[in-house]
Amino acid sequence: MKVTVFVSPKATVLDPQGAAVEQAMKSLGHQSVGGVRVGKTITFEMEGEDTPEIRTQIDRLCDGLLSNPVIEDYRFEIEAG
Amino acid sequence: MKVAILQFPGSNCDWDAEHAVKDVLGIPSSRIWHKASLPAETEAVVVPGGFSFGDYLRCGAIARFSPIMDDLKSFASNGGQVLGICNGFQILCESGLLPGALIRNDCLEFRCINQQVAIENSNDRFNPEKCGEQLSLPIAHGEGNYRLKDGDLEKLESNGQVLLRYIGNPNGSINDIAGIRNEEGNVYGMMPHPERAVEPHHPSRDGLPILKAFLEPILTRSSVEISAS
Repeated sequence: MKVTVFVSPKATVLDPQGAAVEQAMKSLGHQSVGGVRVGKTITFEMEGEDTPEIRTQIDRLCDGLLSNPVIEDYRFEIEAG
Repeated sequence: MKVAILQFPGSNCDWDAEHAVKDVLGIPSSRIWHKASLPAETEAVVVPGGFSFGDYLRCGAIARFSPIMDDLKSFASNGGQVLGICNGFQILCESGLLPGALIRNDCLEFRCINQQVAIENSNDRFNPEKCGEQLSLPIAHGEGNYRLKDGDLEKLESNGQVLLRYIGNPNGSINDIAGIRNEEGNVYGMMPHPERAVEPHHPSRDGLPILKAFLEPILTRSSVEISAS
């Protein structure tokens, strides 16, 4: 199965990259945009099926290695096959 | 060997740190590879600057899982003295030995300058009387913007855990924080590089009071003669 992890800066944490990208969007004339946040996606293959145990294992990977709980939130999706 | 200087793949201030500790301050030290064990005779540990594991994922995120980090955590929990400089500070935050995290500079630039910092009255070793009120220290980082979980900042400040503050904030760090210590007072972390400010030909020798403050317990015991700045 394929796992996709989405990591994003916490809503309360300053996101300098997001602010710079938002400025660039506005300078291109897109004045209606706002709240830009830049995160990252991490994809990997994993043996097994979508079970609560597998989800716990992915949580352990996400919480500390793939994301830092002080500054980031994460969520993940599992695709079978 | 008294001072262990950790080496991760991508560390690049390890030799400078050793030069400052061994050659300038005259304290026996060794560089210790991240897959080795911390020698039993270790009295203090420096986690030096650089780009451990290429700064991939987040600065310090991969180094915190290196084998030597288990030894470092035991050493610190037994009261051992630990100093993280720049990437070393980032590694200590990622590993939970220090609170908070360091994110991208708000200017989005890598800042490589001599930075004025003010010494806070943190404890009997780190204070303006011992270290000087204001120091000039090199900084060189892209991720030095210190952040804490909501509510933790007040605790850090009221405990006197802030060691250094920027004068003219170069990176957006909250409350101008440039360096902190843990609550117990044995784990220290800072973005400025004291080891790059120890020789007459360096831009300043203001790193000496910082390193001496950190190594004070060892210096007191071994009565090493220090050539003052």
